[in-house]
Amino acid sequence: MTDLSLADHAIAGKTAPPSEARAFRLPTQWLGVAPFFIFAIMFLVLPTLYLVLGAFQNDAGAFTFDNIVGIFDPPNLSNYMQCQYSSWTSWVDGNCKLPSILAAYWISIKISLASSLIGAFAGLAIAIAIVRGGLPNWIRSATLTFSGVASNFAGVPLAFAFLATLGRLGLATVILNTVFGFNIYAHGFNILSFWGLTLTYVYFQIPLMVVIITPAIDGLKKEWGEAAATLGATTAQYWRMVVIPVIWPSFLGTVILLFANAFGAIATAYALTGSSLNIIPIVLYAQIRGDVLHNPHLGYAIAFGMIVITGLANVFYIWFRTRSERWLK
Amino acid sequence: MKSGRFWAWVVFALGAAYFFIPLIATVEFSMRMRRGVYSFDAYEVVLGDPRFQATFGYSVLAAVFTIILGVLIVVPTAYWIRLRLPQLRPVVEFITLLPLVIPAIVIVFGYIRMYGSNSPLPFLASDTGTNALLVIGYATLALPYMYRAVDTGLRTIDVRTLTEAAQILGAGWGTIITRVILPNVLIAVLSGAFLTFAIVLGEFTMASLLNRPAFGPYLQNIGANRAYEPAALAIIAFAITWACMSLIQILSRFAPRSANRPN
Repeated sequence: MTDLSLADHAIAGKTAPPSEARAFRLPTQWLGVAPFFIFAIMFLVLPTLYLVLGAFQNDAGAFTFDNIVGIFDPPNLSNYMQCQYSSWTSWVDGNCKLPSILAAYWISIKISLASSLIGAFAGLAIAIAIVRGGLPNWIRSATLTFSGVASNFAGVPLAFAFLATLGRLGLATVILNTVFGFNIYAHGFNILSFWGLTLTYVYFQIPLMVVIITPAIDGLKKEWGEAAATLGATTAQYWRMVVIPVIWPSFLGTVILLFANAFGAIATAYALTGSSLNIIPIVLYAQIRGDVLHNPHLGYAIAFGMIVITGLANVFYIWFRTRSERWLK
Repeated sequence: MKSGRFWAWVVFALGAAYFFIPLIATVEFSMRMRRGVYSFDAYEVVLGDPRFQATFGYSVLAAVFTIILGVLIVVPTAYWIRLRLPQLRPVVEFITLLPLVIPAIVIVFGYIRMYGSNSPLPFLASDTGTNALLVIGYATLALPYMYRAVDTGLRTIDVRTLTEAAQILGAGWGTIITRVILPNVLIAVLSGAFLTFAIVLGEFTMASLLNRPAFGPYLQNIGANRAYEPAALAIIAFAITWACMSLIQILSRFAPRSANRPN
């Protein structure tokens, strides 16, 4: 209590007599965080709000649901005409068969889901191996260091690395073809496809999972295993009834974080596939650059839809997170 | 337990293969420029390219300004929240997490529409304004990492006692923050700064949509037009990321472990 009044005098004493200090108390308190809130409102909240409001307005500024409905619209004739001029509309199969915006959302969701699930399970396996597997200590620290680097190695350079590996002239492609006589491209694989992009995203998803989940696995107390063994549990029972229930919330929460991480990413996909794979951030990118949808408000609606999806994912993440923290001390 | 160790090795080996094969392949590919022999030609071409030097320099400068802006916003706020307004902590934490919820492309889309040349705040009307907007955008991207790093740093020092001691000695708020608090959380601030650097350096979306001559759009341009240079650039980018992360790890060894008095 003493320190509080002391600090108050220091601020108020210089500018106002003690009797007025009380009136100025609230403003001076808030002045300290004002720059942060002004920054956040101007450059984070208002621009987002602007798009969200724009998603519910038509050109005249009147309230409408048309833009939101427009997301669910099947491709119409005017869209089809325009697909001859803009490259993002050419679909994976090369025909100019215009996918609806919905299809772009759907393929984005599929890629994000696949890469987050694969990344999560592989990352969990690696984390368990380095914490519980009885491997030498240096492997644990080396893995964690590398994970820190690889989880931040995303964007354009990552796309280059995978083109050099699994592109048509990539090392892995060439070796598989010349040494094992297996031409992956002849067997339907393409780096510029759903699985190609998923495999690339996994490169930053796995390390992110390792970085986040390792502390959770460290948090499994040794006593629990001993207690379970004392009570006569088999290893399988210990895993099923102790480990999995404790790990589950933070695992699921991290899956959701990985999902949002992949969903908003654009640089890797854009550098890898150009505009041939129609994920939603690339559609939005094309829309911002050149209004390819011929309707600015539809662009706002796409942005709004992206916020809704990542927002929902993060609400679940926070919910699971608070549940899991109850267990890990 | 023996079979457990066997499986642990299998998992580790598979993981190592997945992570090292692309790196090896990229190194190999980057050295294939001269026909028949391995050479560092691609690296020479890339490093000698004036556009590489210009865009790289631009992005380094943008990163430095981003770090300065981030520190200016985050350090006083995190300090003030700890000292005087702990009830605001959940609100501030929520705001710092927003950039993870709102994709970068959406944030920059909002900027383009809100701060265009005929808006009340025409950032995009001039080059300087657009550069400033890019740095501001980068600062929002770095906000979650910067805030977390600084807040962790503040947890390890006794903010209240340090502040009182400084006040007794007659220090004002500016002096307290710059000469008492900042030096004490310098290591935390620096690790946030290096992470920011790694994120900002190759950033593509914001720089490209704001039409800035930054490193990210340059990388993308090279990728679309050249064969071997992209691989060399990928290795250079990986090395820079690695360097940033190593610096963070080295710095964390010097960080104090806990406060002398729980806060």
